[in-house]
Amino acid sequence: MSLQVQGLTVYYQTLWGDVRALENATFTVADGEIMGLAGESGCGKTTLGHSLILLKPPMRFIAGRVTLDGQELPTWDMERMNAFRFTKVSIIPQYAMNALNPTRKIGKMIAELLESRKVRFKAVLPELKRRLDLVKLPPDVLNMYPIELSGGMKQRMVMVISTLLNPSLLIADEITSALDVASQKAVAEMLADFRDLGFVNSLIVITHDMSILYQIADSILVMYAGQLAEKAPADAIIHTPRHPYTRLLIASLPEVGVRYSQKRLMGIPGRPPLLLHPPSGCRFRERCPLAFERCLEEPPFVELEKGHFVACWKALEEEGERGERAYVEA
Amino acid sequence: MGRYFRRKLLFYLLTFFLAVTIDWLIPRFMPGDPVQTMLSRAAMRAEATQVIYGYYVRAFGLDLPIWQQYLNFWNALFHGDLGVSLWLFPKPVIRVILDAVPYDILLLLPAILLSWFAGNNFGAIAARRRWLDNTVSPLSYILTATPYMWLALLLAWALGIVLRLFPISGAYSYAMAPHLSWAFIGSLLQHWFLPFASLFLVMFGGWAIGMRNMIIYELEADYSRYLEALGAPRGLIRKYAFRNAVLPQITGLALELGKIVAGALATEVVFSYPGIGYLILQAIQNKDYFLLQGCFLFIIIGVLLANFAIDIVYVVVDPRTRVGMQGEMA
Amino acid sequence: MIQAKQTHELLYFALRNSKLRLGLAVLLLFVLLALVGPLLTDYRPYDYVGPGAQPPSSRYWFGTTTFGQDVFTQFVFGLRATFLVGLVGGGLATLIGVLIGFVAGYRGGLIDELLNMLTNIVLVIPTLAVLLIIAAYLEVRGVLIESVFIGCTAWPWAARAVRAQTFSLRAREFVDLARLSGMKPLKIILTEIAPNMLSYLLLVFILQFGGAILIAATLDFIGLGPTNAISLGLMMNNAVLWSALMLGMWWWFIPPGIAITAIVGALYVTNVGLDEVFNPKLREM
Repeated sequence: MSLQVQGLTVYYQTLWGDVRALENATFTVADGEIMGLAGESGCGKTTLGHSLILLKPPMRFIAGRVTLDGQELPTWDMERMNAFRFTKVSIIPQYAMNALNPTRKIGKMIAELLESRKVRFKAVLPELKRRLDLVKLPPDVLNMYPIELSGGMKQRMVMVISTLLNPSLLIADEITSALDVASQKAVAEMLADFRDLGFVNSLIVITHDMSILYQIADSILVMYAGQLAEKAPADAIIHTPRHPYTRLLIASLPEVGVRYSQKRLMGIPGRPPLLLHPPSGCRFRERCPLAFERCLEEPPFVELEKGHFVACWKALEEEGERGERAYVEA
Repeated sequence: MGRYFRRKLLFYLLTFFLAVTIDWLIPRFMPGDPVQTMLSRAAMRAEATQVIYGYYVRAFGLDLPIWQQYLNFWNALFHGDLGVSLWLFPKPVIRVILDAVPYDILLLLPAILLSWFAGNNFGAIAARRRWLDNTVSPLSYILTATPYMWLALLLAWALGIVLRLFPISGAYSYAMAPHLSWAFIGSLLQHWFLPFASLFLVMFGGWAIGMRNMIIYELEADYSRYLEALGAPRGLIRKYAFRNAVLPQITGLALELGKIVAGALATEVVFSYPGIGYLILQAIQNKDYFLLQGCFLFIIIGVLLANFAIDIVYVVVDPRTRVGMQGEMA
Repeated sequence: MIQAKQTHELLYFALRNSKLRLGLAVLLLFVLLALVGPLLTDYRPYDYVGPGAQPPSSRYWFGTTTFGQDVFTQFVFGLRATFLVGLVGGGLATLIGVLIGFVAGYRGGLIDELLNMLTNIVLVIPTLAVLLIIAAYLEVRGVLIESVFIGCTAWPWAARAVRAQTFSLRAREFVDLARLSGMKPLKIILTEIAPNMLSYLLLVFILQFGGAILIAATLDFIGLGPTNAISLGLMMNNAVLWSALMLGMWWWFIPPGIAITAIVGALYVTNVGLDEVFNPKLREM
């Protein structure tokens, strides 16, 4: 098993108290799997992504266990985690376009970074050049300053740098948000290529844009208000979602060829709860059309079908009924 | 880059032109007849006044048309003729000023450079260590808020009068004439120390605070976070932050020059230190307008040259300027 | 636009910010002194009230000058002049700087280039040098004239800062919207851009206030200060002129300097505190 996360709970310290940004996350990402991490802004997906590689104040580790390739990741320990950063776990940040030191030639910066991580630059250089070629960046980009590159070029550069040491786990945080649709497609495909070529083992792609995930993700994990809602293979999430939130999310996506007069574009009425004093139980219950009394108790993240996890009492109920019917029919 | 320097050169020439014009213009727009005002202070006998008046009118060329006066002024300027000092009659103004310039350089150059280096380094260290920050920062705020002349007065009184450690007037002992000997150099340094210290301290405060804030800003920048996420050691991140934080400090130096001139002036007045500042005071008190105008010109030239030097240094140090940045410069 | 909730939030942070409290407290102290002080003394600054060169006593709180003038009286009246210069000089500099900065930042193009050149020229020429030349030729100088001069030469820094802010705000969507809806440029500046910069403008003003005080103090100290009034810088000038240093009359030149240092320092600290209040990212946990 590549990545195993158990009960990961991370809060944000603020003046008014702790914001419960990530509550009890438990999931697995297999070798070679691309898992999409989707949800509204503020649902905790970036918190989750960052807590796997750079858990620093104001984030506060509360509980949980993270295992990568059989080894425990000491994510709460900034010092000890350093050994894993870049080599086993890496990240393509949301701010990739500003991630390069503006006053250093790119090649020089990479060399200094590698040397500081005890990796000989000369040894990696041929591979680096090969990868630049792969993402269609000219080799003399190493002699340029970041200001000489376009936004897209900078992003690809960061993608190459982050995966240079072939990490086991790559976290891609909203890397398509700032791009136009054509570039989004190209970048997403590049990510998938990285996985296919073996540059990275498993990928977590954080985004609020479902269409990207549908394109490249093997599985999708949907989060809401700091809690995990549903995880399933991409096809299942898109076509047979079980959690009410996921259903509403998918329903709110526009369909090609459908006109407004035929079907209205629906959002989800209401807003996510503030996580300073979140509601007890299922945090979606105040917006959920299917909520009932049981929802006051926090639903467990349960595997209803092979590889399909849901945290919803209603879905559990449905599954129970389905099971009964099958039993009856049999 | 050639274009950049051409623009700068044009700018400085334009400014110089304007400054000289202002210098020439102002006496002519002040109420009253400048020569008359000058002479009435000198309290001479009536017949002598008549003769001198005629001399000066011709010397000033006041009987010539305005535009010719203006051209004559420029002409004289290029010949190094700044008129004759009234206070130290018949010494030419240029001689008076040139005698004072070495003392200014002796005072200002070390004070500016040392305070800049020391302040920047202290500020950088303070940004890293909390305890140092808590002591250095408030002190720096106080220092930078202190008017130069007051710190000079304080030091003069405390160390000069009360503790009798240092002399408080002149550049060297009145018993000596400038000559090359250890005794003279010793006396020179003794008299130099207090004015130097007071300039140094105030400027130090400013740089320390500025650098501390810049370093904090750089340490929180996106590129710093990226390096941290990739496990770069703190030393590398700090090195980058420092290099990037120094750049605005360089341009800051150029912006501060005006205030430094004012500060040096005030300090020289307190210590009767024979630099240009002291000359200005004497010129004002003795109504020596020629000397005043000459000093003004010298200060302008000095400041423009210093600005130009700093521009050159900046281009060398900041790689982004060499990559053909347009706009924003002049 | 700032709504009620936002103002509440700002006030909450403002009251809790230690730097802001300290800075404002010190400023308030001196303002009170400037307002009330002159009422506490029966003398006028240049009156001869008693024996000269007296150290502080219960009779003369700050002692007397070489001529027997009451230093405390001079001090509190000087405070008034100092605050006046800060207000008028700093205010004028802010006004000019804001105007030029706004226009340059908003219009861009040739106007921006020209204004930029103007700003840089005035910036490079050392303020004091120009003020020297002007003031030396004037026979009679008042505090107001001095303030005006300072205001007219100290604005470039504010202009630059405002221009940069205007640039970044101008590119924002709500400004585009206003422009598309046909609003006149001046109206856009006043109703869309300015309110978003109010906090920034306040910070600029505070720094200009402090800067004006310092410039005025230096000017006064050299002897180019007001000829018909007393100011803190002038006190120090007189002190040096009349050998207060040699005679060890520390009560004559120490208080004015402390006052200026404290006021300017308080302004800087207030500035930092306000910056933290307005900018959530700077707030300490």
